[in-house]
Amino acid sequence: MLSNFGFFKTSLQPVSANRLAAAGAIILIAFGLLALAAPMLTRMHLLHAPDQQDEQGLDTDGLPHPAGGAYLFGTDHLGRDVLSRVIYGARVSLSVGIAAMLTATVIGVAVGLLAGFYGGKLDLVLMRFTEMNMTVPAILLAIAFAGLLDISGRTIHLHPAWLPWHFLEFTLKRGAVSVFLIVGFVCWPGMVRVIRAQVLALKEREFVLAARSLGASDSRIILRSILPNLLPTVIVLAVMSTANTILLEAGLGYLGIGVPPPAPTWGSMISEGQPYFITYPHLVIVPGLAIVLTVLAFNLLGQGLQEIVDPKQRR
Amino acid sequence: MITRLFRRLIWSVVTLLGTVLLTFFLLNAVPGDVARVIAGSKASPDVIKEIHAKYHLDDPVWQRFALYLNQLAHGDLGHSYVTDQPVAEALLTRLPTTIALTALAVVMWVALAVPLGALTARFRDSWFDRSTLVVATVSLSLPAFWLARMMQYWFAYKLGWFPIGFFRSFRDLLLPAASLAILFVGYYARLIHTNMVEVLDSPYIRAARAKGASETRVLFKHALRNAMIPVITILGMDVAGLLGGVLFVENVFALPGIGTLAVQSVFNLDPPVIMGTVLFSAILVVGANWAVDLLYGWIDPRIKSAS
Repeated sequence: MLSNFGFFKTSLQPVSANRLAAAGAIILIAFGLLALAAPMLTRMHLLHAPDQQDEQGLDTDGLPHPAGGAYLFGTDHLGRDVLSRVIYGARVSLSVGIAAMLTATVIGVAVGLLAGFYGGKLDLVLMRFTEMNMTVPAILLAIAFAGLLDISGRTIHLHPAWLPWHFLEFTLKRGAVSVFLIVGFVCWPGMVRVIRAQVLALKEREFVLAARSLGASDSRIILRSILPNLLPTVIVLAVMSTANTILLEAGLGYLGIGVPPPAPTWGSMISEGQPYFITYPHLVIVPGLAIVLTVLAFNLLGQGLQEIVDPKQRR
Repeated sequence: MITRLFRRLIWSVVTLLGTVLLTFFLLNAVPGDVARVIAGSKASPDVIKEIHAKYHLDDPVWQRFALYLNQLAHGDLGHSYVTDQPVAEALLTRLPTTIALTALAVVMWVALAVPLGALTARFRDSWFDRSTLVVATVSLSLPAFWLARMMQYWFAYKLGWFPIGFFRSFRDLLLPAASLAILFVGYYARLIHTNMVEVLDSPYIRAARAKGASETRVLFKHALRNAMIPVITILGMDVAGLLGGVLFVENVFALPGIGTLAVQSVFNLDPPVIMGTVLFSAILVVGANWAVDLLYGWIDPRIKSAS
């Protein structure tokens, strides 16, 4: 029935026409629903608590259960249910990944828009700034800053001592917020060039000229004429960059400087499972597969959307 | 051509200085007491004071930055706060491992991606093309550290084909390099594919076929050469991404390279070494971009005459 309506017809049909993108979307919806429902499932006793030892979690010798059997994905060295930790980990990974993506997208689009629209000196400065950020691997920057934060919180001094602006000083703890901010702040440069190139093309179009001759201000032209036309590109870039932000978040977790325990994150599950890898490979394989599936889903969806937005890109 | 390259060089130096400035100030915005790191938590106040004086820790940030720039200008990257080793020496002793690992990985994935990309473009929409697309997408969705661990588990531990870690001879780098290559081969295979599809439609390919060139010759000589131009640009721009992969692979395989140094320096709260590794990667990336610019004229003479 829904498909008879114009909006759903035009906006959903292309996605379903592209089977790989549809597969990506389905995986993401499934993970998203599971993540949202996790606390409810725990309360209904369908899922064990992710951060507590289960009564039967360790066998009589105090060893974890391998995958299969009573625990689908086994238990970890503390007797916690791996299935439940993976599902709860999706809450962390997806929320941190998406929040980081939004941060990166806002910065990337803003920088690309301003550089492309105004051109000249502003363009030069902004593009140099972007290039500077691109010369260091995102993960290196991210670990440099994540590693300097600790769990008890550290005050950040953003002002020289002689300025009386104390609001510039704030305390940032290592946690979900600082991780998404760090990942977001290292991921934006990749978007800028694409956005800028689009803006350069768009601002020469007739409708911009029309808006300008009607006396529209710069901000009105940017917000009303250029941004809406930029939207398809932005969505594709955002979906694809989520694949990156999730990988980065997992990498930080793996190095032990992501969202701190006891919150289960896929990266930290892998690093916690490593010492027992040889006897209990499921401790590393299962969370790793969760990362691969999620990132793959975002990549597939991104590629599919790109084909819809720009059919010339089709293989 | 020469003036263009010279201008690029100047901008590269500006970019590098900017990177140094940004990192320096950001590292200083998040302070730990460096003196405590150096002397330990039980050090007497006198020792702490001495260290503060030695490293100018009480000076304003901009003064310390000027000091650091002055050091850099003299080719001195400073000393590690933790081991007191000169940073330049730490970087140089680890450089060969990283270079060997990276070079081996690049050779591996280019050797795989070029035929894959060319053949999938030639036999478009065949089952071969479709399955390569899926495998390629999976390969770019793999977390580097996890893939490296899995490779280590299967090929080093279970099958025993390779040593599990460390670096003694060239052979020890095969498995880490293969892990790195897998991370990138999919992306480049698709990139070459996309460019080849475009190139195969062009008139000069029809002309080559019309004059009776063999299919292999058309594919690997006429088409591939033209399809590789954008690929080389991306390869040059992608060095930063490659270094990110190197960082994880080195850590998993315990290779004594720049990547392990970078991670160690962060955990040691050792700003001079962090600055050193950041500067190293910035120089590498800027240098790679510059090299791509140089190579352009050689690969595609049209670009040289155009500028």
